Amino acid sequence: MSSFTGTGRLARLAVRRDRIRLAVWVLGTPLIGYALAESVAGFYPDEQTRLGYAETAVSSVVARAFNGPIAGTELGAVVVTETYLTLALLAALLSTFAVVRHTRQNEETGRAELLGASAVGRYALLTAALVVVVGANLLAAALLALAFVGTGLPVAGSLAAGAAIAGVGVAFTGIAAVAAQLSVTSRGANALAAATVGVAFLLRAAGDVLGERGADGARLISAWPTWLSPLGWGTQVRAFAGERWWVLALPVALLVAGLAVAFLLAERRDVGAGLLAARRGPARAASGLLSPAGLTWRLHRGALAGWAVAVAVLGLSFGVAGHEVDAMISENPAAAEVIAQLGGGSKLVEAYLAAMLGLFALTIGAYVVQALLRTRGDETDGVLEALLATAVSRTRWLGTQVLGAVLGALALVLLGGVTTGLGYGLAAGDPIGWTVELGGAALLRLPALLVVAGLVTALFGALPRWSVALSWTVLIAFLLLWQLGALLDLPQAVLNLSPYTHVPSAPAAHPTVLPLVGLTVVAAALVAVGLAAFRHRDTPG
Amino acid sequence: MSVISIESLVKTFGGVRALDGLDLRVEPGEVHGFLGPNGSGKSTTIRILLGLLRRDSGQVRVLDGDPWRDAVALHRRLAYVPGDVSLWPNLSGGEAIDLLGALRGGLDQRRRDELLQRFDLDPTKKCRTYSKGNRQKVAIVAALASDVELYVLDEPTSGLDPLMEAVFQEEVRQLTQAGASVLLSSHVLAEVEALCERVSIIREGRVVESGTLSELRHLARTTVTVETGRPVTGLEALPGVHEVRPVDGRVRLEVEPAHFDALLGHLIRFEVRALTSAPPTLEELFLRHYGDSANGSRPASVGGDR
Repeated sequence: MSSFTGTGRLARLAVRRDRIRLAVWVLGTPLIGYALAESVAGFYPDEQTRLGYAETAVSSVVARAFNGPIAGTELGAVVVTETYLTLALLAALLSTFAVVRHTRQNEETGRAELLGASAVGRYALLTAALVVVVGANLLAAALLALAFVGTGLPVAGSLAAGAAIAGVGVAFTGIAAVAAQLSVTSRGANALAAATVGVAFLLRAAGDVLGERGADGARLISAWPTWLSPLGWGTQVRAFAGERWWVLALPVALLVAGLAVAFLLAERRDVGAGLLAARRGPARAASGLLSPAGLTWRLHRGALAGWAVAVAVLGLSFGVAGHEVDAMISENPAAAEVIAQLGGGSKLVEAYLAAMLGLFALTIGAYVVQALLRTRGDETDGVLEALLATAVSRTRWLGTQVLGAVLGALALVLLGGVTTGLGYGLAAGDPIGWTVELGGAALLRLPALLVVAGLVTALFGALPRWSVALSWTVLIAFLLLWQLGALLDLPQAVLNLSPYTHVPSAPAAHPTVLPLVGLTVVAAALVAVGLAAFRHRDTPG
Repeated sequence: MSVISIESLVKTFGGVRALDGLDLRVEPGEVHGFLGPNGSGKSTTIRILLGLLRRDSGQVRVLDGDPWRDAVALHRRLAYVPGDVSLWPNLSGGEAIDLLGALRGGLDQRRRDELLQRFDLDPTKKCRTYSKGNRQKVAIVAALASDVELYVLDEPTSGLDPLMEAVFQEEVRQLTQAGASVLLSSHVLAEVEALCERVSIIREGRVVESGTLSELRHLARTTVTVETGRPVTGLEALPGVHEVRPVDGRVRLEVEPAHFDALLGHLIRFEVRALTSAPPTLEELFLRHYGDSANGSRPASVGGDR
């Protein structure tokens, strides 16, 4: 029996377990790519409009930070610039979660032990996970390339664009393989790998912000920090604009290096153990822990602190970048239009700031979903049974979870507004005024987050088995509606499905009370449905 | 008045009838053994008693309350040890014990410390590092340190070593001496024989036998081995005699208690030289019920309070 015996079987098992997730990933990527490419082709049909676009993309700091460097004025290059961030982040996060799910999570739940005792090699579990995830990346990339070709783009460039996205996924597969060896819990491994995605994003953004205008004016030459980032490599392939195929060797090298390290670590540690040793805890509980609220705080404070740091860093940098928006975008109608669509209103700076607050509100939606779905996690792993067998009522327990998630969202959204205002105020003057103004504007987004909390609660109460998949699907749909709604020219009735459509776009637009009250009422109704359904159903359900 | 009384309880999951007219009665101050193979419905019954699952039909009373409607009030008066204990991975064992105790309405600190020592549990370790047995000890300590009227224990010792099981048995005896009642689900038959006054055997969602151990033994067949001077004949024709087979020049058979007398009267005519009779062990009682499921026939009913 070799160290790899059973890899094929385990890979098939992983595909069977994840058949729906993998199908959504592999088919969703080209679908999003196709829809975006079609809409971009409609927006920038000729050289003239694309020159204007490239001018914005090169000169705007905000466009550089988010979209990355533009490689040229060919239609394909514009498509890549417009789609890269979405597709690359999807590939990075989906790869990370899939690797951890099939490695560390198996160990954590004891499945690995069961499998390890059968005729399965020492490296088989890790190898099977990698085969499946790399395979999914390659398949998704091939279909994405096909989708680009289908919209009429050149074949070579389409292949390079697909390969660039696959490269991002493959690089993070290697990183996640190491993270899964380091941390004892899958939650910890996911957090570790997701943090590297964040760092990679910041490095790439920094490199592109510091980059120089190319000789022909329509190309951005990224600075060195971009080259340190696996998210940056994909942009350096320069699909559709003189492809540099050799750049693709970088993610492959990172995958190989990650695998080598992961196998080395797997060789040296016991099943179930990590490198980060478990610490001891107190022999007695502090009195603050001894209530549902105390327990909720204890279980969520770590994640909340992580979110707070990320939100504060992003807020300050969004704010500081906002100072340049005035100067840069006022002479650029194409960029102005995009920002106005996202932020609304007439003044560009305010539209930009409003767009950033909107982005925060959406991202913090992920915190709400993550925090509230812990209810389902507690139910499936049996902790809830022990809790509900004590003198805690179902309403009190679930109500505490909802309240905790909402208060967390309130704190984060306020922090996002305050730091954005502070950053902008420090750069443009009047820090206190802007801090107060944007803090207040951010709070107006809270009702949308309340609706998200209500949706997750209702799903947990009424459709527990589907709550995890549906909650995330709904949030991603809101994100897509916000990001692509205007671009794809969707009818207002569809846009209205998202609560984020209804929150006032302050500071660009004046706040109106009615939608806020409406959203809050909808949220309260959803929470009530969730609580009532949970009171009447079996647990585990 | 009974501590637990269940009548004709039915619970279905999808198309599967997990409980099919189950009856169960636990009297004050007794340790009631709840026996059955995996998947027979023990945990489902217990979850209904705890108000975690809703019954489809039938009557259920716990401490004279409705387990679904009065869950919170009842849970202050009972303590539960789940069969498969899940804890919060990042809390220490001591924190988990205090938390479970506090949420139930309070914990006897002195008793908690004494139990930690008796069960040899380190409360400073994080729950994620505990083995199954140690997680079970956390739940046992949290339950036994609560001063309640009813303890519901679902296979509480399945991960404990024999030494710890002995400690557990002593602690359970102390509980009943103090007047508490215990429902002990288990398939460790030695533990049930050592602790329980009465047992109920559940199979495919129904209680197939229930009573004191000696009642069950009386109701069940006794195995008799007899050695005689002359070959015994006519045994098959006797009422209440079953499974007659020769073994090494002797005859072994099973007889229903009501017909023991008639059997002895018959045997005496064949010069009895030696005779042994063994009442059934709990294991035999138990095996008779789940042995039957292998060949698909319903078990022969031997009474009980069905």
